[in-house]
Amino acid sequence: MSVRGPIIDFPPEASCFDLEGLSLAYGETPALQELTLRVPRHRVTAFIGPSGCGKSTLLRALNRLHDLNESVSRRGRIRLEGQDIHAPEVAVDELRRRVGMVFQTPNPFPMSIYDNVAFGLRLRGGLTRRRRDDIVEWALSAAALWDEVKDRLRASAWSLSGGQQQRLVIARTLAVKPEVLLLDEPASALDPISTLKIEDLIRSLKGQLTLVLVTHNMQQAARVSDYTAFLQQGRLVEYAPTDTLFTNPRLARTENYITGRMA
Amino acid sequence: MSAVRAALQRRRPRAEGAGAWLAAGCVALSLLLLGALLLLIAVRGLGHFWPASVSLVELDDGRRLAGRAVRELPLPDGEGRERLYFTGNRGLDGQVWHWLPVARIVAESRPRDLVVLERRRWGDFIGRLVAVEPAPDAVAAGAGNGATAWAQLEARLAALERLREARDTLQRETIRPLARRLEADPGDGEARRALAAATARAARLRAAMDETILVLESVDGRRLRQPLDEVLAARRPNALSTWEKLAAWMQGVWRFLSEGPSAANSAGGVWPAIFGTVLMVLVMSLLVTPFGVLAAFYLNEVAHQGRLTRLVRIAVRNLAGVPSIVYGVFGLGVFVYGLGGTLDEWFFSDALPTPTFGTGGLLWASLTLALLTLPVVIVASEEGLARIPDHQREGALALGATRLEMLGRVVLPMAVPAMLTGVILAIARAAGEVVPLMLVGVAKLAPQIPVDGDFPFLHLDRKFMHLGYHIYGAAFHGDDVQAAMPLVFATALLLVLVILVLNLTAIFLRHHVSTRHAAPSRR
Repeated sequence: MSVRGPIIDFPPEASCFDLEGLSLAYGETPALQELTLRVPRHRVTAFIGPSGCGKSTLLRALNRLHDLNESVSRRGRIRLEGQDIHAPEVAVDELRRRVGMVFQTPNPFPMSIYDNVAFGLRLRGGLTRRRRDDIVEWALSAAALWDEVKDRLRASAWSLSGGQQQRLVIARTLAVKPEVLLLDEPASALDPISTLKIEDLIRSLKGQLTLVLVTHNMQQAARVSDYTAFLQQGRLVEYAPTDTLFTNPRLARTENYITGRMA
Repeated sequence: MSAVRAALQRRRPRAEGAGAWLAAGCVALSLLLLGALLLLIAVRGLGHFWPASVSLVELDDGRRLAGRAVRELPLPDGEGRERLYFTGNRGLDGQVWHWLPVARIVAESRPRDLVVLERRRWGDFIGRLVAVEPAPDAVAAGAGNGATAWAQLEARLAALERLREARDTLQRETIRPLARRLEADPGDGEARRALAAATARAARLRAAMDETILVLESVDGRRLRQPLDEVLAARRPNALSTWEKLAAWMQGVWRFLSEGPSAANSAGGVWPAIFGTVLMVLVMSLLVTPFGVLAAFYLNEVAHQGRLTRLVRIAVRNLAGVPSIVYGVFGLGVFVYGLGGTLDEWFFSDALPTPTFGTGGLLWASLTLALLTLPVVIVASEEGLARIPDHQREGALALGATRLEMLGRVVLPMAVPAMLTGVILAIARAAGEVVPLMLVGVAKLAPQIPVDGDFPFLHLDRKFMHLGYHIYGAAFHGDDVQAAMPLVFATALLLVLVILVLNLTAIFLRHHVSTRHAAPSRR
């Protein structure tokens, strides 16, 4: 028994993403079914759920990374700030600049720290070197990495630790000034201290941009997110402000999952 | 500890021990064979340049022979041994090898005045130097004194070398440009006069070169008049100290590396062959790399990964197993006759029926080998591309890169080391390949290297020499296979070294690139 019309306490004009009956399938295998939900602007929204529930699939749908995979079919609509992201006039590279993404495995490019952060800037060009330097410094500071790397910007990005690499990837994404930051289990490959740093970073960023977080870690979702959506088998089960969902879930299935008694 | 664990640990060292010894034995055997191979070709090849001592042999029937002992074997009937001497003097004896029963040798000595002359024709001379003509007047009376004559010979050889240089300079810097000027404008009187003067000077130089005659005498007393111009090198091996021999050896090696072949490839150097081999491999690399890399990009990044792509991939892999002679036939049919013939009709029709590109040449040989090594490059590049994790591609796309930007800025730099590995493998294969070349452009003798001062400087239509083919030709198609054998070994050693150098260059390049594009610390 799933509940449609989740509890939301923000007006429609405060939503950043607006999903309407979104269904997605890999070949014949459905991954998302009839998903309808709104993601609030300048807040942290967490997607939780068991493995294979479709939460990463949903995240990748938001910046059209599925375009690469020919076997993926889609129905329904995703609107970003009111505009359908699949409309023909939307350029996919432009969309991805507005909707940045950080992956589970830290994936810095095999180049220097500076070049990694400047990668997105150089794609569009048109910046003076001075301006680019400023943005790189700003992005690294915003990702709380500047103090650790400012003396070795020319060093290879692969010489950084895992946690530093993940923050570098976040800085790289921030440098192109996205409106939305999608985080696909950004801390699952990191040690506890690095995880805490990433979580602090998420909290510090939410004033400036919309964050969507996919996580396995319930405590993490509870710690950093404002809203939480619980997905199961490609369907939205419950979607509520995080406090409500974790303290007072409406459905037994949700409660079982967050308390660790998975059916 | 459980009984099972204890049993396992009892058995493991024994099994591992035997396996380890077997594996180590195999490795040792392979290394030993490889070392023996290299040692054999190195010793037999490099030993050739050592100025071995020359023996004067007297037989029981009074015959006298001078020569270099090569090897000794038991007589076929089992009684005693016989020895093989290289005696040279083809012009006198008609036979340069002599098998002598050891029992019949009465005396053997090593007189210091025996000279060995390397000649342009008739091979080596071994005997005594009697006089140098025309003799400087002062010492004319003292003719017959070997030591004086030897000193004169050395002075004349040096003078001859200067004359040759003067002639070559004249040819290169005066006569050839003038001839070209006249070709362009036959009415150029000034050029005609200058050319006539230069030609006359060249003729005078020529005459000066031909002037000196050596009077030689073989050990059995026959005389011979030898123009000095045909003498390539002269030495008295028995009078040389070890250091002088070493110097002569190094000079011999250097001449082998830097000079062109002579005496139907059974003597002289291999410089055109070295140059041809290296140039062909370089041109081949330039041709095969872009093709192979683009094909790999298409197969791995662009093509729909369906049944057809899989089929193409299998076909490419199987192409690597096609015998090289088949590629040679293909190259002859398609490149030489097809492409070359068409090019001739379109651009060089005034030269027909003499073919320009419609015959074997460096370009066609390189193209054929590029085709031969294409699968290697494709497979290696594709494996490099497949190894790049998807999250790197997605990382670039998520930053707003287009597909092309993603491929060019992230994927390509990461795949470069693998592509260079492919090129290294291609070079290793191509440099040793001889069979297809015989059909598409290698020549037994092409002393003119394909690069010179004439426009367009690089002559891809010319035939070229190749070390591998040179080995084949010298070993089986010379006048005197026995005499050419050391050269065969030396050339084989050189071929191995050339391939080694080419490979090391490519490996160095790959290392340089991979340290620039990727951090070695984390992988």
